[in-house]
Amino acid sequence: MIPGSFDYHRPTSVDEAVGLLAGHAGNALILAGGHSLIPMMKLRMAMPEHLIDIQDIASLSSIEVSGPQIEIGANVTQAELIASEDLEQHCPILRETSLQIADPQIRNVGTLGGNVANGDPGNDMPAIMQLLDATYVLSGPDGSREVKARDFYEAAYFTTRDEAEMLTSIRFTAPPAGHGSSYMKQKRKIGDYATAAAGVVLTMSGDTCASASIGLTNVADTPLWAEDASNALIGTTLDDAAVSAAVDAAKAITDPAADGRGPAEYRTHVAGIMVQRAIQAAHQRAN
Amino acid sequence: MSKIDVKMTVNGKAVETKTEPRTLLIHLLREDLNLTGPHIGCDTSHCGACTVDLNGKSVKSCTVFAAQAEGAEITTIEGIAKPDGTLHALQEAFRQHHGLQCGFCTPGMITRAYRLLQENPNPTEEEIRYGISGNLCRCTGYQNIVKSIQAAAEELSVKEAAE
Ligand SMILES: Cc1cc2nc3c(=O)[nH]c(=O)nc-3n(C[C@H](O)[C@H](O)[C@H](O)COP(=O)(O)OP(=O)(O)OC[C@H]3O[C@@H](n4cnc5c(N)ncnc54)[C@H](O)[C@@H]3O)c2cc1C
Ligand code: FES
Ligand code: FES
Repeated sequence: MIPGSFDYHRPTSVDEAVGLLAGHAGNALILAGGHSLIPMMKLRMAMPEHLIDIQDIASLSSIEVSGPQIEIGANVTQAELIASEDLEQHCPILRETSLQIADPQIRNVGTLGGNVANGDPGNDMPAIMQLLDATYVLSGPDGSREVKARDFYEAAYFTTRDEAEMLTSIRFTAPPAGHGSSYMKQKRKIGDYATAAAGVVLTMSGDTCASASIGLTNVADTPLWAEDASNALIGTTLDDAAVSAAVDAAKAITDPAADGRGPAEYRTHVAGIMVQRAIQAAHQRAN
Repeated sequence: MSKIDVKMTVNGKAVETKTEPRTLLIHLLREDLNLTGPHIGCDTSHCGACTVDLNGKSVKSCTVFAAQAEGAEITTIEGIAKPDGTLHALQEAFRQHHGLQCGFCTPGMITRAYRLLQENPNPTEEEIRYGISGNLCRCTGYQNIVKSIQAAAEELSVKEAAE
């Protein structure tokens, strides 16, 4: 399978990349790790006339942790997220999630920016960014702007990013020390997208859940932040009644497609089980 | 579409060639450089038969444009044995422990294992299985591949201790 022809660019700065994007608006795409884009190009489902490879833009490859504030460059790979001790200490759900994405070869090249900018509901990181209430930093011809991950996704492959904008980094506040988190993903095999997956971050104050945030992957045409499900946990002891209320609230917002992973009812059912297991694991890990 | 210059180091040798931007690395290696060790199994980034080492990392070369590898150091299965033809410990172990049947997956499997053992010289069985989870084999059932990698890891650590 041979992709269509294109012109290849390798800028060394964000300004240069944005200039290229804007100059070819509508016909140019950013090439990060290429592990979502190249398969689409082989299928001719993407036929950009210009590809802008961002590997030489050094500023996109840093992970900065200052206190609870975390900023991750768009071009940081999943393997780099896994290897970061700072992230493991402050926000271990990123490592846990990355380890469930694809396989070692793909994680060596696939980037966080590509994963969240792609807009494929199967990507695992967008739900995590929504539950962390992360902010995406976009650069365009008129400067930069910030968009909440919770407001970024419109439909499958449609986001609020303008064609002439690129994602430069992702910012969020790490959950407080002592929080518990978990990402539970059901898939048919290594390298498969989720049948359904759920991420949970929560904090406990004694026996009572003080805060909770739940995100869902691949059970609608966008990632989902399960606000009602999260609220169903807060103020409870995470007893069975609270957990099942959260599971029901999470299932209520799903709207999965039927595909090779199963009929819609099944995928909603699995989403509920993933939510339940992720709450349980996060609870155990919290202190 | 106009061609672009691509320079890279492949198995220690400097390579300079002209190619279309859309040329995939696997095609450049196999068709322009005659390195037919890395195979095209699935062409969809699943099977790992096309695995090569790019700047010290295992990648699937069916899903990398040659242009992206401009300036890179690449090792393929052809670069794993010593220049005098002495097999690498992994190659020898695959031979001794029946780590292959048809051999289609083997170049990717060994190239991946080569990097895995540098990342983690003494992997547990579970770490080996997880480390090669991006490489599919339709013949062996993986059992003997895992054994081969374990044997090579032991052999390499014995050698290292002797040095
Ligand atoms: C076999 C296989 C299995 C996989 N399994 C999973 C999985 O289980 N879970 C999962 O989440 N992913 C999975 N992936 C996808 C993989 O994680 C991708 O690497 C990732 O989704 C995209 O990252 P990338 O860096 O490769 O982006 P690319 O493929 O380079 O880009 C993807 C899209 O985002 C755009 N883009 C990239 N970077 C930017 C930027 N900085 N600004 C603006 N736009 C940008 C591109 O133009 C393109 O449209 C799998 C891929 C394969 C091949
Ligand atoms: S041919 Fe590249 S992964 Fe199968
Ligand atoms: S030996 Fe035949 S595919 Fe692995």
